[in-house]
Parts: sequence; C-alpha cells; structure tokens
Amino acid sequence: MIDILMPRLSDTMTDGTVSAWHKKPGDPVAAGDLLVEIETDKAIMEQEAYEAGTLAEILVPEGENVAIGTPIARLDNGTGDAPAPAPKAEEPAPQEAPAEAAPAPVVEKPVKAEENGERRAATPLVRKLARENNIDLSTVTGSGPGGRIVRSDLDNALKAPAAPAAPTPSASSAPAAPQTTDARESTAVPFDAVRQAIATRLTESATTIPTFTVTVGAEADKLMALRAQLNSALDGSGVKVSVNDLIVRAVALALREHPGINASYSAEGRGQTVLHQRINVGVAVAAPAGLMVPVIHDADQASVSAISARTKKLVAKANDRTLSTTEMADGTFTVSNLGMFGVEHFTAIINPPQGAILAVGGASTELALVDGEVVQRKKIRFTLTADHRIIDGALAAQFLATLTQLIQNPFRIVA
Amino acid sequence: MSVITYRQALHDALREEMLRDQDVFLIGEEIGLFEGSYKITAGMLEEFGEKRVRDTPIAEEGFTGAAIGAAMLGLRPVVELMTINFSLIAIDQIINHAAKIYGMFGGQARVPLVIRTPGGGGQQLGATHSQNIELFYAFVPGMKVVAPSSPADAKALMLAAIRDDDPVLVLENLALYNTTGEVPDVVEPAEIGKAKVTREGKDITVVAYSRMAHVALQVAEQLAREEGIDVEVVDLRSLRPLDRDTVVESVKKTNCAVVLEDDWLTYGIGAEIAATISDGAFDYLDAPVRRVAMAEVPLPYAKSLETAALPSAADAANAIRETLDAVARRR
Repeated sequence: MIDILMPRLSDTMTDGTVSAWHKKPGDPVAAGDLLVEIETDKAIMEQEAYEAGTLAEILVPEGENVAIGTPIARLDNGTGDAPAPAPKAEEPAPQEAPAEAAPAPVVEKPVKAEENGERRAATPLVRKLARENNIDLSTVTGSGPGGRIVRSDLDNALKAPAAPAAPTPSASSAPAAPQTTDARESTAVPFDAVRQAIATRLTESATTIPTFTVTVGAEADKLMALRAQLNSALDGSGVKVSVNDLIVRAVALALREHPGINASYSAEGRGQTVLHQRINVGVAVAAPAGLMVPVIHDADQASVSAISARTKKLVAKANDRTLSTTEMADGTFTVSNLGMFGVEHFTAIINPPQGAILAVGGASTELALVDGEVVQRKKIRFTLTADHRIIDGALAAQFLATLTQLIQNPFRIVA
Repeated sequence: MSVITYRQALHDALREEMLRDQDVFLIGEEIGLFEGSYKITAGMLEEFGEKRVRDTPIAEEGFTGAAIGAAMLGLRPVVELMTINFSLIAIDQIINHAAKIYGMFGGQARVPLVIRTPGGGGQQLGATHSQNIELFYAFVPGMKVVAPSSPADAKALMLAAIRDDDPVLVLENLALYNTTGEVPDVVEPAEIGKAKVTREGKDITVVAYSRMAHVALQVAEQLAREEGIDVEVVDLRSLRPLDRDTVVESVKKTNCAVVLEDDWLTYGIGAEIAATISDGAFDYLDAPVRRVAMAEVPLPYAKSLETAALPSAADAANAIRETLDAVARRR
C-alpha cells in the first residue's frame, strides 16, 4: 500500500487543491496513467501515477485544498498490509451522521494537514511560536531531519508584519458578514489558489521592498507608424505585431544596456545585487482567473515577430490556465501594460524576486510646442518601479532614457 | 593569581583547611608515608603528624565507617578512596550510614564527612579501575556530590566540601590531575549546588562536568575558531544538588543542547539533564537533546579499544555540528 502525497509542483507552492480525479477507488492504475489534476498557485497540472496498482482510496476529494506532503490517496500495489483506514484517528467521530442535505458553509475553513490526522513534525519551539503568531504549520515546509519544521523555517512567516489570524469565518471584522441571502449585503468570494498567490506575493513585495517610481513620456508616433508598416508587410502571414510586442523587445534591449536593472536583491552576506545574464521578460496578463505573468525567455535574442508569436501562445494558455511552471519561471523583469484600457499612466508592484517592473500606459494624443509651432503627437508614459536596495534613481532614469530613445527611434528596436 | 595544577589546587585546599581547623584530619590508604597514590597528600604527614594524617589497612568499609563515626562526634574527616572503584567496598557505609544518619536520627547528629576520590578512564587501568560511577552517589538523597573541572574549582569546591555539615563526595579525575589553570591567591569556598557558565555562547548549550567540562571548553574554542560556532558551556560542578536553573536558562537562550558525560549513556547523568531541559525549556527546544557518553562496555584495557570506548573531543564536536545541522543554523 502506497500513500500518494500532494506533490510539490513549483518552488512557491505550499498547498494544492485537488481539481479532478481521473481514477476512482477500485480502478487499476498503470505507471504513467493520468491520476489527478492539481490546482496550484500558478496552474492546473496533471499528475501521473509513478507506480502501478489499484487505487484503494481517495483521501482528499475534488475541491479540497491540502498542504504539500499530505496523503491524497492510497494505492494498493500488492505490498504490505491490508488496506487500512485513512489515518484520521485524531478527529473525534461525529456523534451522529450529518444530515444528508446539509448546506455547504459559505466560507470553508482551510483544511490543515494536522486536521487530516497527520501530525507534522515540528520542534516545541516552532509550535510555541506558531501558536503565538498564528502561523498555520501546514503551510510551512520543514527543512530539519525528516522534514521536521525548525525555527529557521519560520523566518519568512515571522517576518511578515502581523501575520493574519487563521481565517475563521467568525473572526472576520469585515463589514456585514455574509450571513443572509439579502442581495444588498456584501458577498465573500473565497480566494482560489491564483488569488491567494497574488495576495501573498504582492503583500510580501509591497511590505518588504523599499521602492520608488520614475515616469517618462516617450513620443510614439514613429512606433505606431512602424507597427502599421510591419503589419502591412506581414499581412497574410498570420503574424500581427502589437505595440506591446515592440515595447517588450525595446525593454529587453534597454535591459541589455543597463544590466543593473536586470537584477535581484539577495540577503546573502551583507546583501548582494544578483545580476542576471539572461533577459527574461515577464508579461502581465489579465487572465479570467486573475493576474498571470508568463515569461518571454531570452527576449533580447528574439525578433519582434517571435516575441509576438510566443506572447500570443502564452496569453492563450494563461486564459485556460494551462501555463506550465516553466513558462512562468525565471522572469528577471516584468512589463505590465494597461494601455488598451485607456490608462494614461500607473504604477505597478514589483514581482519578487525581480528588481523592477515597468508600467506602460496608453498612447494618448497631446499637443506640444516644437520650434514655436503647436504640433499634435502621440505619447506613451512609462513608469518604472524599482527596488531601491539595488537600484538608484539615476540608474532608473538612465534606463528609461535608453527606452525612450528606442521608442522614439523604433527602427533600432527591430534592427 | 598563579597558574597551578589541579593536583596542587587540591593539595593546597587540604593544607589550608588542616591549618585553619584542628578538627580536620585525613584518612586513607597510603596517604601518609607514601604521600598518596596521586600525591595529593604530599608532605602532609610530615607537617601535621600521624594523629591527623592516618594511614589505614586496605579496608575501605572499615576506615570509611570509622570516619563517619568521627564525623558524628564532631571531627571533620577527609577520606581518600584511592579510586572511585574502591568506593564499592564502602558503599553500604556511604549510602546506608553517612547519607541516612542525619535524617534517621532526627537531626541529633550531622555527618560532616568528605570523601575525595578520582574517577575516570583512559589510564589503561582495566575495566574494574576505570569507572565513572559518581551517579551511584548523586542518586542518593542525603549525599552531596561535587565534580570540579578546573584547578580553581577544585580548590573552591574542596574548601566548601570540608566546611559543609553533610557528607560530600568530591569527584576528582585521573586525567585532570596534571591540567593547569589560574587560581586566585585567596580562594573562597564555592557554593555547592551552583553550576557555572564557563563560556558564554549563543548557538548551542553544552552541558558537562568533571573531565568532559574541560573537554567542552576545548571543543568550544576550536569550533569558534575554525567554524564560527558559538558554544555556551555549562559546567555542572555539582551533581547533587543539581543546578537545573542554570541549564534551563542557557537552553532558553540557545534552543538546543548537547550533554557530555564520561559515564555510560543509559540511566546516566545526561539522561537527567535531558529530562531537566525537557521539563524546564520544552517550548524553547528546536532540536532533541543529544548525549555523548561512554560506550556501553566494561572499559577495555587495550589502548586502542579504550580510546575508542571513551567519549572524545571529536565525538563532542560531531554531536554539536549535527545538532546545529538539525536546526539549520550552521554556517
């Protein structure tokens, strides 16, 4: 009998939701068979069986969220003891069977690993600190012997300012707890894994990184003209270049000129600036499930049409949540473009561990005085948010000056 | 302040007390003419005479019993047992008489007796002459057991033992006799039952006594120098009464501990220390308490096997590293 555990599918994954079971108890399972779909903070991933046998029992039903390492099913591979009941001994048996049609609670309490009967190894010091700071140990990965959670594993959890109390429905201080069905009342929409990841990552970013922002406006008439020219040349080829594709390419070139922006902060030693050799530009996508950031790897070495094709593919995947972790990993810089919504300019929050993010506004028509003549022209505003631990204002300004040059002389982007 | 040996410090303490108090006398095998097997009583017979430095037959039960009787009647005998192994012949006198008389006679008589005796292996003296059985005495209410690890403590604890009104066993150690250390010109008696933090540190607590407390300091200095590990060393100094507070306070600070002991692991002093930490600092522990002790065999005579069986500085350093690995705190 083998316990199938909630797998760790990405570096940032701490828990996962069983999205769909592809086998039911009693089904024969061959190694490599699709067993289950797991929803992580980034994507829905298919999980195959590593060993052959018969699926004996499903321990975590579809829709339930558990910490990585929690048994989610048992596979009878012909070895060992007779099928034993799931280890749920710690949970007292309910006095009587619940009414069959019991309505599901509006806000579900997240299932802790420990409530599933598995006591995670943690030192007494860790347990005390977890109690005092309301840390849910099922969300912490242990680095001690045998996965034991030790004090140093809590560093991140303890650094977070005033770790929020475990989300119990009653403890909410939000206005109008959703108890009734009155349509005028507020509705609580529980986070899915994507929303949870966005909330956690951006809270960490906004509360731990000292940032500053710098804005420039670049004339975009030539850029628009070039795009029109490119697209008429590409007519019929199926490729249609967007302003954003040109900007991603321009950003990649500007990053090559200013490696200090293509960098991450590290706390190692007295602190370090980690300069990245590869230029991997993340593109923020407003997917139906929420913000996703697929990455154009080595964007400085890709042509605009290649960037365009890759972006299209990644956006489509983001929309149906089929992005792989690789397609979202290793970004060194992010471009977030709200131009299509008519936004003039905005500031973005850094996507850790990256050192900076570029917020791109829309191309607006403005009047300007050139040689005493009033002229009409297009302008795009770029706002860089930078981690001041590794990037100073002058460097940010120089990067934006290079970017402006490229936007205003767009042939250099495709050169 | 002068640098002297552990042996000299013990000798000085005995002599000072003989000069200070006429009721103090020495009794034991070959302590007079032969000046003691380990020369702690060198010159004593000549200086103080046969009445106060008494050579005895080879009869531990007899002369220990005689000393107990003398103590009950107001003298302050200091018994030398040639090694702690021979205390087994006198164990009935020590446990059933010396430790019990005050309580069983309703406080009518005290027993201000000192038994000084060396423990320790490593001298190729064979299994019956190399034991660390101080636990037998530390186990018994009514006894006090002190175990100095440095010359200064040897003197201060010996002075305290002689002035104490209860039976005190002073555990000396064969391997420590020739070690040296600074001893103040005027030494005040130590307070029996107080441990000492002999090295402050923040990474890990090492608890030890007697020879292993000496080893602990050496290991701590080596790890600080070579690996940047900051070890706090707690020298128990007294096995009964046991200073649990000092141990617990240290572990509260460092969150992990290793106990070094020269006795056997099972039921040893380290087990008591581990229980003390579990009782007093449970919520502060970030790793299980490790014990480094002697192999569970009668100590072999062959040098190679004897060395292998005894806990070493390397064993201690490994346990410290492994414990720090377990709490992911090693640089």
